[in-house]
Amino acid sequence: MATMRGPIDITDLNQPYWDALAEGRLTFQRCRKCENAWLPPRNECPRCLEADWAWQDAGGAARVVSWIVYHTAHDETFKDRVPYNVAIVELDEGPRMITNIVGVPNERIEPDAKVRFVPEQRGELTVACFAPA
Amino acid sequence: MASSNPRGRCVIAGIGHTAFGKLGRSTVSLAVEASRKALEDAGVDKDTVDAVLVKTPTSARDFMFGQKLSEAIGLQPKVSFAADQGGAANMTLINHAVLAIEAGQCEVALIAYSDNPRSGSRAVYSRPRGDDAAYGYFSTAASYAMIQRRHMIEFGTTPETLGAIAVACRKHGAANPNAQLRKPLTLEGYMASPFLAEPMRRDDACLVSDGGAALVVMSARRARELGVAAPVPILGFGEGQTSWEVHLRPSLTTTQAKASAAQAFAMAGLAPSDIDVAQIYDCFTITALMTLEDYGFCKPGQGAGFVADGRIELGGDLPINTAGGLLSETGMPGMQLTLEAVRQLRGTSSSQVNNVRHALVSNQGGTMHTHATLILGG
Repeated sequence: MATMRGPIDITDLNQPYWDALAEGRLTFQRCRKCENAWLPPRNECPRCLEADWAWQDAGGAARVVSWIVYHTAHDETFKDRVPYNVAIVELDEGPRMITNIVGVPNERIEPDAKVRFVPEQRGELTVACFAPA
Repeated sequence: MASSNPRGRCVIAGIGHTAFGKLGRSTVSLAVEASRKALEDAGVDKDTVDAVLVKTPTSARDFMFGQKLSEAIGLQPKVSFAADQGGAANMTLINHAVLAIEAGQCEVALIAYSDNPRSGSRAVYSRPRGDDAAYGYFSTAASYAMIQRRHMIEFGTTPETLGAIAVACRKHGAANPNAQLRKPLTLEGYMASPFLAEPMRRDDACLVSDGGAALVVMSARRARELGVAAPVPILGFGEGQTSWEVHLRPSLTTTQAKASAAQAFAMAGLAPSDIDVAQIYDCFTITALMTLEDYGFCKPGQGAGFVADGRIELGGDLPINTAGGLLSETGMPGMQLTLEAVRQLRGTSSSQVNNVRHALVSNQGGTMHTHATLILGG
């Protein structure tokens, strides 16, 4: 039975990911068969299709792939945050994810900049943000 | 291509569409009107139709829409299904109609699309993007804006380049009496338009439209038998599915549009330089720019020079979206682009290009998740 944590539908599959974030750890899945690493959580390795994988702690280093800046909010939760950014980062271990870049004004976010994982508490949810390294 | 190459063996026999804009009508009603007009244009009785293919309405999702439409037009076709590919579906249906006709599964295919997000709900376009809503990641435009930013990073793409696409489409739309938005746009006006999701501006984005469109596909032989007045041969088609979510793709600045176009050009025995006019899916200007690059009209990152100085406008080297495209004619996902290619080959466009022999159309859906290409001509 799924439960909600903030906007997240917590399932058996993604609960370890969000529980780890609540402890300040960013994790990803690593295949035991083919070593592939990925996010977001899924039941089978998208490379070798096996279901033999384990959660692994990320080192926290990442690179900014792209980002956008919202000047209007689509949701009440983000109304007081505009203008806010949403970014794509690539972890050094390979997985890519959606995040917010923090600790730098939106206009000073740089392409391919090195960034580092920073957990940020938002209501009952801890999310994975990234700040300049 | 093997001898089974279907080049030129099937035709688009008829086209039809409703008005575009805020109509306040049901999707079935819009699809019936477009279908009636397409059958009238082909000059064939509805009872010749033995295939009804549909794209599921994007905003007003519906179950077994092909069957609802068949009932509403009083048909019990042999072949009928809905394609779930977002904006590529209307073209994929044409491709698969040809294959079904070639295989003898059906003879005359009616392909229809309709939706009513302008008078109904447009929630689908601003929806949260899964769990990433936790980061404020909402809307369709946002994921295209991610691609736009990366294209700007890798190739130095400027707003002026994307603006040139918007200006061209709006110019052609202004000349189209059926277009939903007939107000031309200047580059200054484009630059002044507000950000939807920076770096994407409002004028990079397509319209939200109610409307319906339909077309009739049959073999060239059947068209002769039925006395179809203005059949337009289908010379080539291709498909390519990028499939992965934008942020999970190895590259954000190229897609399987490339494979789709290569397949279509190979079937048609043509190259980009043979194309006289192109209808390029322009849900956002970045989509059109990347499609021109992936199709080989210009090299990756060289779209800026290609679209500059009116080259993609009427009178230029490759006029695109001569009815206005999604940015100006109607925001409906795709079929109207094929209708305009048919008009160009018949010589009936409101922005007619001289001596059109080959017309190309692209359709795509999701956030560049799906793609299809069509080449029409004599």
